[in-house]
Amino acid sequence: MAPPEKRRSSTSRRAQYGRFTGYVLAIAGVLIGLLLLAVSLQRPDSFAGLRGLARDSVAPAAAPTTLARTQSQGVLATIAGYWRAGSQNAQLREEMELARIRLREAEALKQENARLKALLDLDQGEGAPVAITHFIGSTASSARRFGYIGAGARDGVNPGMPVRSPRGVVGRVVETGATSSRVLLLSDSQSLVPVRLARRDVAAFAEGRGDGLIRIRLINLGINPLRKGDLFVTSGTGGYFRPGMAVAIVTRITGDGALARMVSDPAATDYVAVLPLWQPETIRAAATPIEQPVGE
Amino acid sequence: MEKLNPQARRDRYGSKINRTHSPSLAGGLPWASVMVASLVQILPLAAAVPVMPPLGFIVLLCWRLVRPGLLPVWAGFPLGLFDDLLSGQPFGSAILLWSLALLVIEVIEVRLPWREFLLDWLLAAAILAVYLMAAALVSGGRMTAPLLLALLPQLLLSVLVYPIIARMVAWLDRLRLMRFRTVD
Repeated sequence: MAPPEKRRSSTSRRAQYGRFTGYVLAIAGVLIGLLLLAVSLQRPDSFAGLRGLARDSVAPAAAPTTLARTQSQGVLATIAGYWRAGSQNAQLREEMELARIRLREAEALKQENARLKALLDLDQGEGAPVAITHFIGSTASSARRFGYIGAGARDGVNPGMPVRSPRGVVGRVVETGATSSRVLLLSDSQSLVPVRLARRDVAAFAEGRGDGLIRIRLINLGINPLRKGDLFVTSGTGGYFRPGMAVAIVTRITGDGALARMVSDPAATDYVAVLPLWQPETIRAAATPIEQPVGE
Repeated sequence: MEKLNPQARRDRYGSKINRTHSPSLAGGLPWASVMVASLVQILPLAAAVPVMPPLGFIVLLCWRLVRPGLLPVWAGFPLGLFDDLLSGQPFGSAILLWSLALLVIEVIEVRLPWREFLLDWLLAAAILAVYLMAAALVSGGRMTAPLLLALLPQLLLSVLVYPIIARMVAWLDRLRLMRFRTVD
């Protein structure tokens, strides 16, 4: 359709001024946008309050869709399961036997651990979750990967706290509203989690790539000890994540590490637990400038 | 009269007797539809990759291209502000990019006042490509090759969804002028 009005809007002064004001406002909008963008890139938490308010008001409507999302994933998986039922059955039975053995071994290890910890008088406790809540959704069209959960400052959630699902780590809280918060997902390109190989002591960083995969960067470069299917768990370095939570599974080996998939895919996550910081003192000490003493 | 032609006192917006357009609907529907589209993008999905087209922006583009002269040039500011609250992008990115897009369309309209649908689609595709790249650039994340590759499916989806949304906007435009209000 052609534009209804002519470029030069008649001889009416009022119409001419109206058009002119429109352009002035539009350019002012561009400038204000530029300014706000600069401010929020410099200090990302400047508009947290406004955004929290908007998110809190949307969260209740979003909660029911959580169920639909995770169930629709289940339906697809069910159909796929029929194709490979027989061979899978045999394979699973074998894996089950092995898993039972490993479980017994793990129990023994756990006992030994408890005994050794008691010996060292070291109690680092599991830490009861701060809140258990819905995983509402994630930013769907932005290039950043943020998730939203249905618990906020009112439930005792603070920025920095780790978020996990029954499968493994989902991410870390970056912003809290009153009843909902924003979570930096593992796959965001700003997310960096210290991890270690579950079967051996190999330390690495799990770094989001922004396209759903995670890059594993080994700290000690040398012979790459990784294999396809290796599981990485949190190492506890940095003090945010409790050690031993599943993070990612290696899918492809690269020169300096590997590419990995998240164990806990946000699309298949319905309920998550917000955990307390593992070692708040360490984090506080790390955040204090070196000239100052670490006080209360 | 009705015996000769039952449609005589009706047009596509309903009966003309005792009925008139509702001003709030006629003026507010474009704004409301863009805001609802901005809301949609955070509601139902949680994904590891950005796949969802930027629906708020596409609806705004459609209103501007399908029905020029309805939304003012400065509409990018308030609508972008609303989108920024929900999109997870740094605050201000939609305000900036949406305002710029509307100004760019204004400039193009001077050159090409008469456009057919294909040209509109091409224009929207070009604007969407630039928009998605720019939005990723100002998102504050590190730009890596895989991240840019991951934008491609989203761009393709956005371009393909444009004709559908353009039809929906045309339908909303008819709904906008329905004679709902009774005149006493």
